[in-house]
Amino acid sequence: MRQLTNIFWLAGKELKSVLGDPVMVILILWSFVVAVVLEASGAGDTVYNAAIAILDEDNSTLTRQLTGALGPPWFQPPVMIAADQMATEMDAGRIMFVLSFPPGFEADVLRGLSPAAQLDVDATAVSQAQLGTDYLVNILTSETRAFLSGSPDAPEPAIQLELRRAFNPNGNPVWFKAMSSLLNQLSLLTIALTGAAMLREREQGTIEHLMVMPLTPFEIALSKVLANVVVVLAAFTLSLTFVVQELLQVPVSGSVPLLLAGTAVYLAAAAAIGMFLGTMARSMAQFALLVIMVIIPIIMLSGGMGAVESQPHIVQRLTTVLPSRHFLAFAKAVVFRGAGASAVWLVLSLMAGLGMAFFLASLALFRRSMNMSG
Amino acid sequence: MTHLDVLPDAPKPLAATVQQVSHRYGKVLALDDVTLDLPAGQMVGLIGPDGVGKSTLMALIAGAKKLQTGHVETLGGAMTSARHRADAGRRIAFMPQGLGRNLYHDLSIQENLDFFGKLFGLGKAERATRIARLTRATGLSTFMDRPAGKLSGGMKQKLGLCASLIHDPDFLLLDEPTTGVDPLSRRQFWDLIDTIRADRPEMSVLVSTAYMEEAARFGHLVAMEGGRILATGSPADLMERTGKPTVEAAYVALLGGDSAQEPAPEKPAPKAEIETGPPAIRAEGLTKRFGDFTAVDSVSFEIARGEIFGFLGSNGCGKTTTMKMLTGLTEATEGEAWIFGQPVDAQNLDTRHRVGFMSQSFSLYGELSVRENLLLHARLYHLGRTLTAQRLAELVPRFGLEPYLDQGAASLPLGVRQRLSLAVAVLHGPDILILDEPTSGVDPQARDMFWDMLLELAHRDGVTIFISTHFMDEGMRCDRISLMHAGKVLVSDAPKALIAKRGVETLEDAFIAYMLDASAADAPMEEGMLTSADAPEADTGAPRFSLQRLLAYTSREAMQVRRDPVRLVFSFVGSALLLLIMSFGISQEVRNIPFAAFDQDRSPESRAYLSGFEDSAWFLQAPPISDAVELERRMESGELALALQLPPGFGKSLRRGETSEIAGLIDGSDTNRAGTVESYVKGAHAHVLSEGAQSALALADLATPRTPNAAPPAQLIPRFHYNPAMESLPAIGPSIPPLLLLLFPAILMAVSVAREKEIGTITNFYVTPTSRAEFLIGKQLVYIGITLLNFVILTALVVTVLGVPLKGDPMTLVLGALLYAVAATGYGLVVSMLTKTQVTAVFAAAILSVMPTLQFSGMMTPVSSLEGAAQIMGTFWPTTWYMGISVGTFTKGLGLSELAGHLLRLAAFGPILTLLAVLALRKQER
Repeated sequence: MRQLTNIFWLAGKELKSVLGDPVMVILILWSFVVAVVLEASGAGDTVYNAAIAILDEDNSTLTRQLTGALGPPWFQPPVMIAADQMATEMDAGRIMFVLSFPPGFEADVLRGLSPAAQLDVDATAVSQAQLGTDYLVNILTSETRAFLSGSPDAPEPAIQLELRRAFNPNGNPVWFKAMSSLLNQLSLLTIALTGAAMLREREQGTIEHLMVMPLTPFEIALSKVLANVVVVLAAFTLSLTFVVQELLQVPVSGSVPLLLAGTAVYLAAAAAIGMFLGTMARSMAQFALLVIMVIIPIIMLSGGMGAVESQPHIVQRLTTVLPSRHFLAFAKAVVFRGAGASAVWLVLSLMAGLGMAFFLASLALFRRSMNMSG
Repeated sequence: MTHLDVLPDAPKPLAATVQQVSHRYGKVLALDDVTLDLPAGQMVGLIGPDGVGKSTLMALIAGAKKLQTGHVETLGGAMTSARHRADAGRRIAFMPQGLGRNLYHDLSIQENLDFFGKLFGLGKAERATRIARLTRATGLSTFMDRPAGKLSGGMKQKLGLCASLIHDPDFLLLDEPTTGVDPLSRRQFWDLIDTIRADRPEMSVLVSTAYMEEAARFGHLVAMEGGRILATGSPADLMERTGKPTVEAAYVALLGGDSAQEPAPEKPAPKAEIETGPPAIRAEGLTKRFGDFTAVDSVSFEIARGEIFGFLGSNGCGKTTTMKMLTGLTEATEGEAWIFGQPVDAQNLDTRHRVGFMSQSFSLYGELSVRENLLLHARLYHLGRTLTAQRLAELVPRFGLEPYLDQGAASLPLGVRQRLSLAVAVLHGPDILILDEPTSGVDPQARDMFWDMLLELAHRDGVTIFISTHFMDEGMRCDRISLMHAGKVLVSDAPKALIAKRGVETLEDAFIAYMLDASAADAPMEEGMLTSADAPEADTGAPRFSLQRLLAYTSREAMQVRRDPVRLVFSFVGSALLLLIMSFGISQEVRNIPFAAFDQDRSPESRAYLSGFEDSAWFLQAPPISDAVELERRMESGELALALQLPPGFGKSLRRGETSEIAGLIDGSDTNRAGTVESYVKGAHAHVLSEGAQSALALADLATPRTPNAAPPAQLIPRFHYNPAMESLPAIGPSIPPLLLLLFPAILMAVSVAREKEIGTITNFYVTPTSRAEFLIGKQLVYIGITLLNFVILTALVVTVLGVPLKGDPMTLVLGALLYAVAATGYGLVVSMLTKTQVTAVFAAAILSVMPTLQFSGMMTPVSSLEGAAQIMGTFWPTTWYMGISVGTFTKGLGLSELAGHLLRLAAFGPILTLLAVLALRKQER
């Protein structure tokens, strides 16, 4: 009881100081509004909007029809280029795919000779290259069939595959991008805010004041975690409601209270990481470098920028200690698949456990850091 | 004498004249319509406590601060003219307030002085002779290699003085040079100044001080209060005018305060009933070492209950560390301490209830109001509602806090803040008060009031008070004192007894006598000249831009970086580690897609079809699905990325020659993965169909298209350029360094500039003839070097560990890295212009650079695929272009001619960003 009231009053103090700093408030707004919108609506799917050029040496009805079939959302409107431009355009990275039709392409199709078109692919981005090639093969086959469909012996496969996407029927990339971007902002802000609050208290000497009062490091640390969780959770809720649901039109199919509860668990874990870094660093410069070293793996390896299953096994094992990875799994389940509490309790408890571990580690460091500041 | 000719032929030469100057910080009026003439060739003292506007006035006269209203002329020219400031800067020396505030604490005495010499364009030989002469005269010459941060307060001030005198200034401004310095060093300091003035009588000196007893030394006094000039004149003048025997009394009288109550010499001391028992505080051989530095050296003492015990000594002599050990904030390296007979134990919360602590700096929450601060502490001590109300009702009037209850604590005048701190410290009724320099910077009147409260607490309430101070008159008011110097207690006794023992007049004299006994600490002063005998060089026509000054900043910054290797190690090891994690961790291939079949047919045909998926490396088979509810549940849980549903009669209709339909359901929540899965499913499907053609199964002839010609109508032959094997590492490896080479340099650069602003060394840039470009580019060069070193490390790792060969032209890559380093550090400079503190610099640099670099520079999505605002951001982000160069040279095997366009665009970023920062940097403080 005594501890609870201590934590309550300390957290209240913490809240006032975060919200009292206009620069912090502006940065929070920037992250949760501007950055989310930019990221969600800007960057596309893997082969979304790929730049493609056509080198048409046949210039026939079929090739023009094929060219016309390429377009948004998968490709940008194709550019016509000449043979000698190809290398320069690809070297400069302006064009990812060049589709070349040899002379007599249409005639050979009509004669049933199954002619070959050449596709030059910039393979420096592996998955885009692979996917785009697959799309182009499909488009070429189906468009040529359609071109030939006037003739009686148009081929038709005996087994037809009907593919549907569950949870995001139109495959709108904004949905997923918005969620993963929101996760990135959550991680970055929570870790930096909590750690900086810790470090600021140490630099301004107010921590000494707290340490001579009948307060335990546990109460001091927990109050900081709570206050920052409250601030970021509030920002998250607003961003979810007004930016993600209203502005970006992303539907949330699961229960919003469950999502918020899970987010709170994640934020507590992220804040514990921030505390840990804040107690470890001796100066702001060191803290900055630590945050960068931690936040980049958190953002890049949590599954938002490439599925976790495809990471090498060692890396997969390493990333299980990242609470962000579990949070993304949780958020995907609740937001898109409408999963209930029974389906996500495991990831929730994993996040909670990791948060606890980081929190205890920072408590252990706390006393030591007090001693070093001398 | 040549310089004096510059002055107008006025009857009385003036060092500076100030007319109707006012200055505000936000709502606070620091200077209120000040008009003042400062005579040349004199020593003028600016007196008054902290916060009356002395520092602001001095900074305005020195040109360090930007003038808001009014007119300031220094050395015969208006300080609003940048040209005059640059010229006058060579003849002015300004030593800001705070011990060694403008010194570089990680640099040695030699390095500090060398740097200042370079700023004033002195040649190598000239620097050497002047430094030798100055350090000999100040007794610093035996400590030339000691870092400034490890000097005692007195030595720091001497070093500061040497740094000020290195260019033979005509006008020396010293802002509180002796605050917090031990009495011996203080005496030596003033002797030094007298020597200098004897050597160069034409030099003008303006000194500010809060020690009124020092004011008697000055020829001319300016007394200030509340941003106004109270009076000017010689000390004798002021004392005569007010009819008071001392300058301090005269000052108090000028304030309008009635100082009839002279510092009460002795209290009748009707001591309260003191309970007997173990002493309140006992320390035995307390020692604290930080590395090889001994801050406190075997200190022992005993404080009786109800006693006021004083620790007297200079800044940095170990007072604070001793107090921290008593409160359990710091663990003692050796020795032990007891509070009321209980060993000090950091874990023991009960003793903390009996102790009130007030730390040296104001350590309450500035963002909370007075009332909120009091309430917070009452709650944390669990005083309860009624007791809180009762204590507040008692303490608020007693400490005179009523008018300020709802003001933010940060905006309070210093004296009020100290009263608030004391109120907070006694709020819970502690038995012991530990007060660490509670009266630093508080005006004499407020100090009197403060001491009255302390005496009352001790003698009426029986509170034991342990207080540290560097004011001798406060020492006189304690029951007993310990004199402390360099970590050791020299002697402990009642103040009167100490004076009597040494047979001297004052406590200060007694202290000095003890120090001289104890010390080989400061080397004795040698005879020597502080000013140069040779004529000052004609440097008024020196160029606006000086490469020497720029390089002076570069070499200084480089030295500082070398002294803090942790930062370098962090950035080198950190980026190497990140490179490895990222390259091996981010795989763009999707493998092991978990799938399950919902086979409602269970015919040989359906099993044959599914085996095509089971054998594929892309798919990972999960137990089959038995009904529609299960399918939904397992998709929802995220267990399956793909479910294939084969309808009943699948095999039959195949055999009958009819078209059969298979439904595939993909988890679409992760759109990236769903896209890949979709294409793999289509691929596997096509594969099963064509494989079926050769297979002996019944599926075979039925699954193939019902046409004699199995070949598709047209084919597509892909050629994968640059990375024909479609491996992940060659694709991802070269794109990680561009990310790391932006983030680390930008943050290091931004923090480096913000640090100078926060610590105060930026004053050297304000008051010396350094131009903005010299300052910023000088520092930037170091970080460009670090970035290039980091580039070499990362490139080597990419080639050796990741095994990605550098196919293209290495020189193009190096050139690109150089241009990129300029851009990254330039970006850091721009960020640092937006922020004042290191915290916000870190925040802004991290938040403003992580996202654009990860999302919009072509790392995850090719820039050619970006749209709208994201593409614009990508175009105007340097990483985009360096990414092109890195990937181009590594994977595409390109050279200078192909990448010239990228290089040109990249080249534009650095100079433009740096120029922006130079334009945004102010040459004066606001």
